[in-house]
Amino acid sequence: MNELALKELLYKIADDQLILGHRNSEWTGFGPLLEEDIAFSSMAQDKVGQSYAIYQMLNQLGEQEPDTVAFMRNANQFHNCQLVELPNGEYDFSLIRHFLYDTAEITRFDFLANSSYEPLAQLARKIKGELKYHTLHANTWIKKLGNATEESIGRLQGSLNKALPYALGIFEPSPLEQEIIASGFFAGEEVLKKQWMEKVELLLSQTQLNLPDWKTIQPVLGGRVGQHTEHLQPLLDEMSEVFRIDPSAEW
Amino acid sequence: MYGGGNTFEGIKTDSLAQEDPQKLAEFEARIARGEKIEPTDWMPELYRKQLVRMIEQHAHSEIIGALPEGTWITRAPGFKRKLSLMAKVQDEVGHAQLLYSAAETLGKSREQMIDDLITGKSKYSNIFNYPAFTWADSCFISWLVDAGAIVNQLANAKGSYGPYCRALDRICAEESFHLKYGHHCVIYLASGTEKQRQMFQEALNRWWPPMMHFFGPSDKISAHTEVLMRWKVKMSTNDDQRNQFLDMYVPKIWELGFTIPDPNLKKNPETGRWDYTEPDWEEFKRVINGDGPCNKERLEVRRVAEERGQWVREALKSPSLRYVTPLA
Repeated sequence: MNELALKELLYKIADDQLILGHRNSEWTGFGPLLEEDIAFSSMAQDKVGQSYAIYQMLNQLGEQEPDTVAFMRNANQFHNCQLVELPNGEYDFSLIRHFLYDTAEITRFDFLANSSYEPLAQLARKIKGELKYHTLHANTWIKKLGNATEESIGRLQGSLNKALPYALGIFEPSPLEQEIIASGFFAGEEVLKKQWMEKVELLLSQTQLNLPDWKTIQPVLGGRVGQHTEHLQPLLDEMSEVFRIDPSAEW
Repeated sequence: MYGGGNTFEGIKTDSLAQEDPQKLAEFEARIARGEKIEPTDWMPELYRKQLVRMIEQHAHSEIIGALPEGTWITRAPGFKRKLSLMAKVQDEVGHAQLLYSAAETLGKSREQMIDDLITGKSKYSNIFNYPAFTWADSCFISWLVDAGAIVNQLANAKGSYGPYCRALDRICAEESFHLKYGHHCVIYLASGTEKQRQMFQEALNRWWPPMMHFFGPSDKISAHTEVLMRWKVKMSTNDDQRNQFLDMYVPKIWELGFTIPDPNLKKNPETGRWDYTEPDWEEFKRVINGDGPCNKERLEVRRVAEERGQWVREALKSPSLRYVTPLA
């Protein structure tokens, strides 16, 4: 088994889930409706919980403890895509990001449910069940607000235009992409991207939002090899503020 | 969390003279028999008004209370704490949702209640006007503020208004987990490094005075609430609740080796009640009337959240909005 390739795959998935989970949790107490506070908080718990499960899997493969891995690395050691680290912005941006990201994630976990690495396949089958509700939530809101007022449509359109280049960065191939595919761990980013595009097109066609021609969108890459925006390190500093007071202490 | 410390200002019972005496007598007899009053049942205006005020205050306390703890979600040390705290604070926001719904059954809309919160017309639990400086402060809130709220809510759950009691039953079930989580966090600080112990001792020093304020002014100086007790709106006196809290939690705090910052605190063997330094009720009044360390910040956060979410709520009312059935 090509452990290096497997670990690389696991790290990027776990890092994505952890960072977006963290961002989602920032909506607690701050949503446009109480119901949305609660929804984002639920998704945050799922995502952070999913990252925890994958870091535990990495721990089984010889990596450090989940808490150490999550709370002690610096930004350049994280392999999440840049989309998830961007600040929440207004609700329209958080919602668009949630839609673009979770449409990719549920598709990713569909593939992972058939991974040749059995522990991952098993976990993916469980996670898929949770992600179903995330996409249900995103799709419902995009269809509602994407067909409501001039302001809601305008806001979503602006955020869509801003998020799309970063969303394409989700599919930045790993340095070990070919090994990941050849080992049967995962079908690969290119296949995932194709399915994702179809789903995004289908959903947006039910709204008054315009999807620009894919060819005109320049993907923002670098996240998968540890290159990040200026927003990730402050997020990590905040996340580890208490933990780093004494990393050997039990909290 | 986070109910408790409801403020009952002096109430005027003049309006009772205008109520139908027969209906009023039947209403009181029902309550005396232990029956619940439901939204469509006859009730005196004063009962309705006081309940709206109390439930609304409780709901506000939940969403405002989510703020000092919520700021620690992004900083919680380690996965287990992070996941637990997220779930806990989410529960609190869920409690607000339940409580606003309960209050709405009495005729006041959620929007109106939130407007009254932002303009300062209605109050929330005073304790959230104090800052949570460190992780240990958030642990104090999770354990002891929630503990205080449970004392208050278990009593109120036996009250007379059906929707509020049912909401409280659900809330109390969740609170019992919060209490366990908070206690667990504090045990880890107590049995941890010197630095961790010191963090909690300092939090205890900061939070003890507002915790003593939590149950409201001393019975000696608080407004007369006999009619509210008779109607089972208010279920026990402020001092009784404070005493019950001290009975249950002072030994637990001492057991962990911490010092409670009140040299006069001790159980009086003759009365069976706790003696303590009388809390500073002038400070309580000052803070509840807007002049506390965090009043402005808390309301400002709420106001900004409402303002930034305005377009979403407007969009939901749009006639061109298509209802989307959230089905898989």
